[in-house]
Amino acid sequence: MDKRLIKGNEAIAEAAIRAGCKLFFGYPITPSTEIMEYLAKHMPKAGGIVLQGEDEVASINMCYGAAATGARVMTASSSPGFSLKQEGLSYLAAAELPVVVVNVNRTGPGLGGLGPAQSDYFQCTKGGGHGDYRLIVLAPSKGQELYDYTMQAFDLADQYRNPVLILADGFLGQMMEPIEFKERPQLELPDKDWKTDGCRGRSKRKIASYALTNEIGEAHCLYWQTKYMQIKEDEQRWESFYTDDAEYLLVGYGTCGRIAKSVVLHARQQGLKLGLIRPITVWPFPEKAFAPCLNTVKGIVTIELNAGQMIEDVQLAVQCKMPVHLYSRQGGMLPTEGEIWEYVSRVFQLTPPEEE
Amino acid sequence: MQNVFSRPKGLTELPFHYCPGCTHGIIHRLIGEVLAELNIIEDTIGVAPVGCAGFSLDFFSCDFVGAAHGRAQAVATGIKRALPEKLVFTYQGDGDICAIGTSHAIHVAARAEKITSIMVNNAVFGMTGGQMAPTTLDGQITTTSPYGRDCNVVGSPIDLPKIIATMQGAAYVAAVSVDSPKNILAAKKAIKKGFQVQQAGLGFAFISILSTCPTNWGLSPVDSIKWLQQHMLPVYQMGELKLPEEGRNHD
Ligand SMILES: Cc1ncc(C[n+]2csc(CCOP(=O)(O)OP(=O)(O)O)c2C)c(N)n1
Ligand code: SF4
Repeated sequence: MDKRLIKGNEAIAEAAIRAGCKLFFGYPITPSTEIMEYLAKHMPKAGGIVLQGEDEVASINMCYGAAATGARVMTASSSPGFSLKQEGLSYLAAAELPVVVVNVNRTGPGLGGLGPAQSDYFQCTKGGGHGDYRLIVLAPSKGQELYDYTMQAFDLADQYRNPVLILADGFLGQMMEPIEFKERPQLELPDKDWKTDGCRGRSKRKIASYALTNEIGEAHCLYWQTKYMQIKEDEQRWESFYTDDAEYLLVGYGTCGRIAKSVVLHARQQGLKLGLIRPITVWPFPEKAFAPCLNTVKGIVTIELNAGQMIEDVQLAVQCKMPVHLYSRQGGMLPTEGEIWEYVSRVFQLTPPEEE
Repeated sequence: MQNVFSRPKGLTELPFHYCPGCTHGIIHRLIGEVLAELNIIEDTIGVAPVGCAGFSLDFFSCDFVGAAHGRAQAVATGIKRALPEKLVFTYQGDGDICAIGTSHAIHVAARAEKITSIMVNNAVFGMTGGQMAPTTLDGQITTTSPYGRDCNVVGSPIDLPKIIATMQGAAYVAAVSVDSPKNILAAKKAIKKGFQVQQAGLGFAFISILSTCPTNWGLSPVDSIKWLQQHMLPVYQMGELKLPEEGRNHD
């Protein structure tokens, strides 16, 4: 199997090519640009096209057009650029077009900075664009997952006829790691019998995002919600790490999930029952992961690179049955294992059990 | 009995919903005829905008995609890049293409994107109730320029075909009108050329068509035609502003 030391952003790009993505439309922005640069170099050799649009609004709408023809298509950006893509995402969701979008989250608000952040969590998981729509949002925590989840993203998009978002951060996108270029499992995916690629030998098709009759409008909305409920039921993904006997839990996704793992191992070495739930899908949020812990866990700390956004989903998932605290760093700063441990042990008053 | 007049195959059977006397219907018919005459209905994908023209996706018998306001040309770019062998056209209002969609209009021309764009210029935002458009004439009264457009304050009308004609990637640019039988025939010719230029892969083709909006102008259909002739025709440069021969050196 092909294994190479590459940047996280390049892992996303390579996965896209291997997943059969044929078109990429983008506009450069740090720290996501290497995705476009890598594709510009390698996609044409694989029979694909990379086009730099006049801006992010153009790029996402180009994706809309290409997806309407049934082609696999992707765009990538970082926070300020992702904001501009929200208009298109709302339309893509309404027109039920499969597309993969990457947001390598940098800091905000405004132009912000270039460091890693998770401050787009609300924007990515709660809509961002107008209307009641949902995106499937996958949150990798290391290079290999950037590759694996990107591949899966294309299949999920086709399966549900819905945009799928890869939510990474500047740290993941910029770090080099050894990555195995695994082949994609062959899945049975539904035929794209809705695509608009010329009506030769069939009747005319149209793809649109509007219904100006209220009755039809409501029917559409109810249908979308059924689809989103199905996704919520079937696609919650997470990693549970030492949760079986955990008395206290950490919750973190992406880079934070990765650092939190070391904190859990450190606690366990001292005989303290700390566990971790690492959401892999941040929409749908993995509520199911919390169900077995509701009566056994005494407290939770979420670890986030924002002022506390995911914490609201965690509070909902645990139905206020335990205190949920936040440990956060912002503006591009990453917490160290020691800092998190210091906070967790203080807030829960954890002291290692006496040696026997 | 011999059938001497019928709907062209390029149009569906659905009756138009446009206001009485609105020339959107004439333009639809011309495009429908061209699609049928060039025998390209099954190889064409149209892109509809937002605005009165947004409903066009029901009226043409080819596949159609409905875009967000102003984004039709970016959407068309995505379709054309995915399916370079197919014909792709956008059908947009002047508000759509000259206001919110201006950057895409400039850049499809810059890229020599092999699509055909048709702009219906009625000098107002039609669907939203007759507000000022970038194409609204000097002194023209609209709901958002109730004292008449004051060019010193809000700028002068944009003559988009003239701008696009200066761009290297634009292979064919025409400005036509549907106010008289003669002009309607010229408009059809221009539309046909716009598609043929795309078939030949020469570059971007752009046809701007002067059109009426009796409803928002507050005039009868007949007076609307007169108003177009008296006020719009003198302002906007008419004719074929750029021909493929000139555009060729770009290839
Ligand atoms: C982003 C956005 N802004 C505003 C609108 C409201 N809107 C709908 S149609 C329209 C103007 C259309 O005017 P034009 O393109 O000239 O088309 P016409 O109706 O005259 O054919 C506007 C502003 C919208 N739908 N979306
Ligand atoms: S509002 Fe104006 S442009 Fe729209 S259909 Fe009516 S007359 Fe035509």
